[in-house]
Amino acid sequence: MNSMQSLAEQRGIATFGGYAKYAPYLADPVAKRRRKLADTLEEAVRRSGLESGMTISFHHAFREGDKTINQVVDLLAKMGLKNLTLASSSLLTCNAPLIEHIKSGVISRIYTSGMRGKLADAVSHGLMDEPVQIHSHGGRVHLMDAGELKVDVAFLAASAADEFGNANGTGGRSRCGSLGYAMVDAARAKYVIVLTEELVAYPNTPASIRQDQVDCVVKVDQIGDPSKISVGAARITSNPRELLIARYAADVLEHSGYFKEGFSIQTGSGAAATAVTRFLEGRMRKADIHASFALGGITGSIVDLHKKGLIRTILDTQSFDASAAESLRTDPAGHIEISTDYYANQSSKAAAVDEMDMVILSALEIDVGFNVNVITGSDGVMRGASGGHSDTAAGANLAVVVAPLIRGRIPTVCEKVTTVVTPGTCVGVLVTDHGIAVNPNRPEIAERLKAAGLPVLSIEELHARAIAITGTPSPIAFTDRVVGMVRFRDGSLIDTIRQVVD
Amino acid sequence: MKLRRSMLFLPGSNAAMLSTAFVYKPDSIMFDLEDAVSLREKDTARMMVYHTLSLPMYRDIEKVVRINPLSSVYGHADLEAAVRGGADVIRLPKTDCAEDIHELEHEVLRIEQSGVRPVGSTGLMAAIESASGVVNAVEIAKSSKRLIGIALAGFDYVMDMQTERGDGTELFYARCAVLHAARAAGIDAFDVVYGNVNDDEGFLREVELAKKLGFNGKSLINPRQIEPLHRAYAPTEEDVDRARRVIAAAEDAEKRGLGVVALNGKMIDAPVIAHAQRVLQRAEASGVRG
Amino acid sequence: MKVVREALAGTLESNDLLVRVSPGRGEGYELVISSEVKHQFGPQIEATAKEVLARLAVSGGTVVIEDKGALDCTIRARLEAAAMRACAVEAADIDWSKLK
Repeated sequence: MNSMQSLAEQRGIATFGGYAKYAPYLADPVAKRRRKLADTLEEAVRRSGLESGMTISFHHAFREGDKTINQVVDLLAKMGLKNLTLASSSLLTCNAPLIEHIKSGVISRIYTSGMRGKLADAVSHGLMDEPVQIHSHGGRVHLMDAGELKVDVAFLAASAADEFGNANGTGGRSRCGSLGYAMVDAARAKYVIVLTEELVAYPNTPASIRQDQVDCVVKVDQIGDPSKISVGAARITSNPRELLIARYAADVLEHSGYFKEGFSIQTGSGAAATAVTRFLEGRMRKADIHASFALGGITGSIVDLHKKGLIRTILDTQSFDASAAESLRTDPAGHIEISTDYYANQSSKAAAVDEMDMVILSALEIDVGFNVNVITGSDGVMRGASGGHSDTAAGANLAVVVAPLIRGRIPTVCEKVTTVVTPGTCVGVLVTDHGIAVNPNRPEIAERLKAAGLPVLSIEELHARAIAITGTPSPIAFTDRVVGMVRFRDGSLIDTIRQVVD
Repeated sequence: MKLRRSMLFLPGSNAAMLSTAFVYKPDSIMFDLEDAVSLREKDTARMMVYHTLSLPMYRDIEKVVRINPLSSVYGHADLEAAVRGGADVIRLPKTDCAEDIHELEHEVLRIEQSGVRPVGSTGLMAAIESASGVVNAVEIAKSSKRLIGIALAGFDYVMDMQTERGDGTELFYARCAVLHAARAAGIDAFDVVYGNVNDDEGFLREVELAKKLGFNGKSLINPRQIEPLHRAYAPTEEDVDRARRVIAAAEDAEKRGLGVVALNGKMIDAPVIAHAQRVLQRAEASGVRG
Repeated sequence: MKVVREALAGTLESNDLLVRVSPGRGEGYELVISSEVKHQFGPQIEATAKEVLARLAVSGGTVVIEDKGALDCTIRARLEAAAMRACAVEAADIDWSKLK
């Protein structure tokens, strides 16, 4: 035994055994480069070591056009896996096929930002033994970092990737734009599989998901249909009621006290929110002020203001339409992709929402305490998502909720919301077609809006007005069984969703 | 002095519009039972309007109902519904002569006298839609104390004149005639509907013309037109300043018991004072134009 | 008012309702209501419908309501229109004192 060997042994270090001893593929010029590629999705799953009882994750950037979640879970069912925890950043109407996999025991727990359609209906009627965990976008990252949500295998769809797994949503055919949700899983999951429609030459840049985060890459026929991302969301409205609400909302932003050179904003994707963006242009030009950044879910109308030089930087965590995705692809200096950790996680080292001045938010219900429900509908059934609602409301200097006072016969302003997603203390202003209410905890905002001649009422007056028109609604009948737990962005339980009575 | 810049037309059969239109805050809302309602919807639209008139949310808005002509099979029932329902004003379409208004007034009085509302509480409005109507505008405008205004309806009128809607030349005489008749009778005058809701510029050009001629306002078919119309009718800062000085001078003269009002050495007479009041009223309603 | 023929009134658009009245046997009427907002307004819709039908004294028919979130005033109007059509009441013969 020579002295080097004994020194190595003494110190518990191996001695050199050839350059490829611990990475034999390095000696094979083909395997060296192709070792991370799986031929089929099934092979990728086998390599991951996924077992029954583990946690799998997905992103929902394709929204209603997603083809990945159902495809993967179908396969896992065929492979005989059971008792999995499904952690998708959100679930939508297109995920109805999951119902069968829940019934058959493939999926037994769910973490998601929201739910819609038949799946949400079934869950609200008691489909699952374990309540669904509803989190915000920032809250999802918090749950991962806090150790509650540990992802074993992340299945991350990307329109283009190279053989090492450098992946993005701006190359290839099916471009969803920002991979802000997926970036979180790529950085945290124990095993990361990239599913891509197009394998491109190395190095694929820019890489939203990086090679040093990815374990396996697999080419599949279809990951999602980007044309379905913006369904019903990012259109320009000609509806006079939505335009009226948007005009009031633009008035509120303008006179809030935060409409100054360098202000920042998030407008979201609803019809009224998109129209607000359009009204903003004229007001920004007239006052000759510019926004420093626009945040969150990005639409073509935000991109338009950016191109016109009215918004300096776009921080994009979800591209809501093709125009946003295209801008992300072509304007790397001004249109920046950010993860939901960067966007909204309160336990991150910094969250962009904390830098934001104003945010426009929606509501299914808002009560006289300004608490907002964006998850359960008027029948008590889940039909929405927590999204970035509570994250932005808590972070921004001013959260403005926009909603028609009445939808059909259902009053939006109520005595007590069915489900609290965002606490009223975080909501500054409510804008409806019947007038504007300011949270009593923001008297300075009320003063400014009144001084500008806006129709400011108390929220109790708005509520009384709604009830005078619709009549007093009967309370929804629920059983005692909890089907959903609404987690605030810090992981705490803020409300529960109970099973509806048939 | 009632401000009547915008009169929003609502089809009487459209449940969604009837349930929400008050949020747009036009100066007047006109529930239509005539042209916007198909023949097979006449009866149900009539009931819709009848019940909508009493909604508390419409309490603060002037409610006008356009009935079908009394000569039609619908006219009398429409009138019953409108007067009993609580309309502030009945708008009679296709008014050709004073006799049309006299007949309407007689029927309105009969319904009022049945005890459903105070006698004389129902206002009237005449829509002029033909060459005869334009020629008889003066007698129509002076035909009843209940008349609050007359309106020109462009579509039927240009047909009658064997021309079509264009840049406004085709309406030149009619607009002037209707306006003069209204002013001579001391009532309001309303300009025609602008049909292309997607042409904002064309709409504003027509609003500007109507305003310059002296119309109180315009009939509108889309709520989106209300805000631009009100903005166009808003006075400028200068207008408001001048009006304030006129009113101040008038108040000062009254306080001092002077019969003659003067501002900067010039005499101001009653029409100037009335105009100043209108300017301030418009400024109050929709601010000043920047 | 006796139902003598089948009649419809209203639409299936949002904020509206469709009322179908058809002749049936015997006295009184049968009322069937489906509504998008039944969880919150079911009893109110039924009360309004019954009140309207009682005022008009509709008999010998089936009344089917398909509600899309209509306000009370719309429910009254569509029901009255459908009932008058089904009972062959002409415009000139409307008894306004029986309407709220």
